[in-house]
Amino acid sequence: MSADDLQALRADTEAAIATAADLRTLDAVRVAVLGRNGTLTGLLKGLGAVAPELRKERGAAVNRVKAVIEAALDARRAVLEAASLDTRLAAERVDVTLPPRPQAPGTAAEGGIHPISRTIEELTAIFGAMGFAVVEGPDIESDWHNFGALNIPDHHPARQDQDTFYLPGRDAEGHQIVLRTQTSPLQVRTMLGQEPPIRIIAPGRTWRADHDATHSPMFHQVEGLVIDRGITLAHLKGCLVDFLRSFFGISDLPVRFRASYFPFTEPSMEVDIGWNRKTGELGKGSDWLEILGSGMVHAKVLANAGLDPREWQGFAFGMGIERITMLKHGMNDLRPFYEADLRWLKHYAADPLAPPSLAEGI
Amino acid sequence: MKFTLSWLREHLETSATLDQITTTLSSIGLEVEGVEDRAAALASFRIAQVVEAVQHPNADRLRALKVDGGDGKLLSVVCGAPNARAGMKGVLALPGAFIPGTGITLKKGEIRGVASEAMMLSAREMGLGDDHSGIVDLPADAPLGQSYVQYAGLDDPIIEIAVTPNRGDALSVRGVARDLAAAGLGTLKPWGAEPVKPAYPAPLAWEIADPRACRWVLGRAVRGLKNGPSPQWLRDRLTAIGLRPISALVDVTNWFTFDLGRPLHVFDVAKVKGKTLTMRMAREGEELVALNGKTYALTAEDGVIADAAGAEALGGVVGGEPSGCDETTTECFIECALFDPVRIALSGRRHAVHTDARARFERGVDPALMPVALEAATRMIIALCGGEASAVSEAGAEPAWRRSASLRFERLAGLGGAEVAADEAVGILERLGFAVEARDAAQVTVAVPSWRNDIAGSGALTQAPGLSPERAAKAAEGCAAIEPEADLVEEVLRIRGLDTIAPVSLPVASPVPTAALSARQARAALARRVLAARGMQDCVTYGFLDQATAVLFGETPETLRVANPIAADLDQMRPTPVVSLLMAAARNAARGYPAVALSELGGAYRGTGLDGQLQVAAGVRTGETPRNWAAPARAVDAFDAKGDALAVLTALGVPMAALSVTADAPGFYHPGRSGVVRQGPKTVLATFGEVHPHVAAQLDIAGPAVAFEVFLDAVPEPKRRKKSAPELSTLQPLRRDFAFLVDAGIAAEAVLRAARGAERAMIADVALFDRYAGDKLPEGKVSLAIEVTLQPREATLTDAEIEAVAAKIVAAVTKATGASLRA
Repeated sequence: MSADDLQALRADTEAAIATAADLRTLDAVRVAVLGRNGTLTGLLKGLGAVAPELRKERGAAVNRVKAVIEAALDARRAVLEAASLDTRLAAERVDVTLPPRPQAPGTAAEGGIHPISRTIEELTAIFGAMGFAVVEGPDIESDWHNFGALNIPDHHPARQDQDTFYLPGRDAEGHQIVLRTQTSPLQVRTMLGQEPPIRIIAPGRTWRADHDATHSPMFHQVEGLVIDRGITLAHLKGCLVDFLRSFFGISDLPVRFRASYFPFTEPSMEVDIGWNRKTGELGKGSDWLEILGSGMVHAKVLANAGLDPREWQGFAFGMGIERITMLKHGMNDLRPFYEADLRWLKHYAADPLAPPSLAEGI
Repeated sequence: MKFTLSWLREHLETSATLDQITTTLSSIGLEVEGVEDRAAALASFRIAQVVEAVQHPNADRLRALKVDGGDGKLLSVVCGAPNARAGMKGVLALPGAFIPGTGITLKKGEIRGVASEAMMLSAREMGLGDDHSGIVDLPADAPLGQSYVQYAGLDDPIIEIAVTPNRGDALSVRGVARDLAAAGLGTLKPWGAEPVKPAYPAPLAWEIADPRACRWVLGRAVRGLKNGPSPQWLRDRLTAIGLRPISALVDVTNWFTFDLGRPLHVFDVAKVKGKTLTMRMAREGEELVALNGKTYALTAEDGVIADAAGAEALGGVVGGEPSGCDETTTECFIECALFDPVRIALSGRRHAVHTDARARFERGVDPALMPVALEAATRMIIALCGGEASAVSEAGAEPAWRRSASLRFERLAGLGGAEVAADEAVGILERLGFAVEARDAAQVTVAVPSWRNDIAGSGALTQAPGLSPERAAKAAEGCAAIEPEADLVEEVLRIRGLDTIAPVSLPVASPVPTAALSARQARAALARRVLAARGMQDCVTYGFLDQATAVLFGETPETLRVANPIAADLDQMRPTPVVSLLMAAARNAARGYPAVALSELGGAYRGTGLDGQLQVAAGVRTGETPRNWAAPARAVDAFDAKGDALAVLTALGVPMAALSVTADAPGFYHPGRSGVVRQGPKTVLATFGEVHPHVAAQLDIAGPAVAFEVFLDAVPEPKRRKKSAPELSTLQPLRRDFAFLVDAGIAAEAVLRAARGAERAMIADVALFDRYAGDKLPEGKVSLAIEVTLQPREATLTDAEIEAVAAKIVAAVTKATGASLRA
């Protein structure tokens, strides 16, 4: 076979591939050319008979054509397979306007509320009774809301790159875009969005670039903010003691307040509850467990949000929802919270028909 | 920061116990992270004397010792230490003692035929450093038989505290002592240093070429010194707090870093090129070989200390190797400088250098301390290394740090909720170093001490851009007036202890609280419960995942890709929670649970703005329904997902009659078995359907899988108007069945809607009860059977009236869908 014939074989085969209307026809083309007795296979077999000085060049030419044909077969097969799937899917079409079944394939007894959702509902019930409203805000935040407005300037250790997830680009005001590292931006958003008096909690997702046995890159916090006239640190203590004792269901839970520092509060304090480190029992024993941070809202934060600190003051706090959930239920591993392992969910889930209510007991 | 109790006592005259000290530290904001009492582990070790040391008869490298432990009895000890010799004093461990450095409890033994009844210890064996070149060689005057712990001053607990970012002054033993004294745990001892008379002109001059690099610097040389190891007490102190003793000169700088919070650096004058040390900004790409052995490529934002050869230190962060001091140094030059905290913080972060100097400079050091600290350092170097001091060279000037702050005493109660007597408050401030400038019955004005740069500081506001200028200015003015006072309130309260403030419950805002949740939030909570009540497990999953999987579920714009992901599979904000739930379903299937029903209320991210972050109630069901004698198992299908979506919408008060379903669901659904639930032509409330087989295969989901999403933000707020009274007719309703033959392409919904609309006043309900397609019907036709409930209003219907309504229904359905009534 001459070089021209080889090109003709190529052209014919390509045409046959292009016109193959289904996978079966395409496979027939493949067998006829590349199969055990195919035309091109024959040419390769016949190379032994070619004069040695021509063999190399001839062999290369045949292999080039073989590669081209194989590529064309693959490409066409992909097209035909997609078309075949489309045909199949079209044939499988159902009338989706038909009404659904009257009964769901499951019952309330099988379903359940995630412990994080449950804790948020409990927080809502308790703080709701103290006159707090729930506010929510975006996960994707500007660094002004997340840091700058909260008196955390760019060089502050809390802004170390490794802790904050950044998204590319900037917002309309030129601020960097971050995944909020805390629920504290809701302090700012709330003060900008409504006039005092303010009593809010802000439960929600938060994100930090930290991933190990005790840190998850996504977790939950609840922020609290009270702004009014005449709200003092004594109210902060009272509010948190009232909450913690109600949440953990221990009316004499020891609560300790230690001086600390947060950029957005002054005075700042950390709050410990009494427990037994060995047994994990809350309210008993002589050990202390750090549970949340709090303080009087910093004058700079008030002023950044347009409130005059001579007129308004108040307190803020923040705590980890997973942490208080784990403590309340004696859970020791953070990771399963986000795994959606059916066995874990069923074990820890709350009954959807018994949402927390102060009337029924939390 | 770590320090030892005896170190603390050099600055604090106190009779307080260790327990009182640690409890107070935690209470006043210097949280104790740990207390290490090394004495406990070393308590049984005694000072002993080697009386005789002879070659071991059977081992070349061992010696047989006779050791006197102080009680006159001679113990036989086999020892491998090359320095063991008769007459020397060392540390003896007796059988039963735990050897901290080896983790072994000592037993009597026999080593190659010679009894070994005790052990002479090396420093490493006691866990006191790395030295294992020989046994501890104590001075001849070490008292035989005394506890080594006492002799070596190791009965000195190490206290570690966490220092918050505002308290640069507490990164020093003296600062900690001052706080404790203020809290009533003793008195702060006086401290100072007399000036050293210069013996010769300074060999090096300072130049501040760029004030950004440094604001004020002092330096002076000491010549004719001998730089060897530090004395034992200094090495012990540094070792105790986790520092490695290097040489007397370097150890002195570390001592001042921790003792006074005053980082210093020493240059070897012989190694400095030229006669001038220049504070300037680095040239882009300039390199520094630092004392920690690393090489840093500097930027134009880094301040450096340079000689004629180039950068010799990253100022305030880390010193350079070429000009550092070593044992050959005979003349050193002490640098005592003041750097800009922000620049130090950014430089340190940029180059990831964490040094004790950086930790202090970025929090701010005491500017007024510089001259006296330099004198003290000069004295200490001369005391340890000998030599004579040069004149002081200086550049720049002491910055203005003097500030005042006022405290109205009523604010202690007004802000802090604490009843504090004015004298007590003033006393606390004075013990902290504040000096009273003026005082009357209502308030006190104090001068802020030079080391408290966190009090009445000058940090700028970053006010919200949308504020009106008047409002912004008034708030800023209020802040300037209040902030320094709040600083003082905090000082008084933290030193008194916050536990002394009696808690007060929040005043009741209204006797019966208003709803905590907005209508929208209540809807979300209800949606979660509705799904759980339908057998779904409420889940919480990550809002980001790998881009390659995310793109199967929608757009994955660059703007929603994390710039610094913690892992490659957590880099793209998810377009819908459905993807997270399907991945979870696949994980459950891999564990042997192929049938799951998972739901989540979570974010779907379409953009970075507020309108791009949707709140979605999503769910997936996979596998088969539970096996049951009364209801056989079957694969989940699109109608299960549709049922879930509609159940949510129904619970949220969306009128079902107003909804329509179109077949243009997103690409991750099976194109023929999915739908979009719409209210009007524009508003998409939900999607549902079977998962596209291609997508399911990509996620390793083998069996049937269905999903839905309900866009909670799109659900209109239900109108809160009073319901009209129901019509509770005394007349019986009638039910009539109709079976229509329609083209297979006709939506069942069209038939139902036409029937409902045929005679609204009379038709109470229309329900589809049968759908049949099969060979009994013409090709391309299906049969849809509906039950129509007619509710007469005024009188029982006559046959003619019923016929008329039936005819209207047939006509309406036929007109709308081309259907014909089956015979």
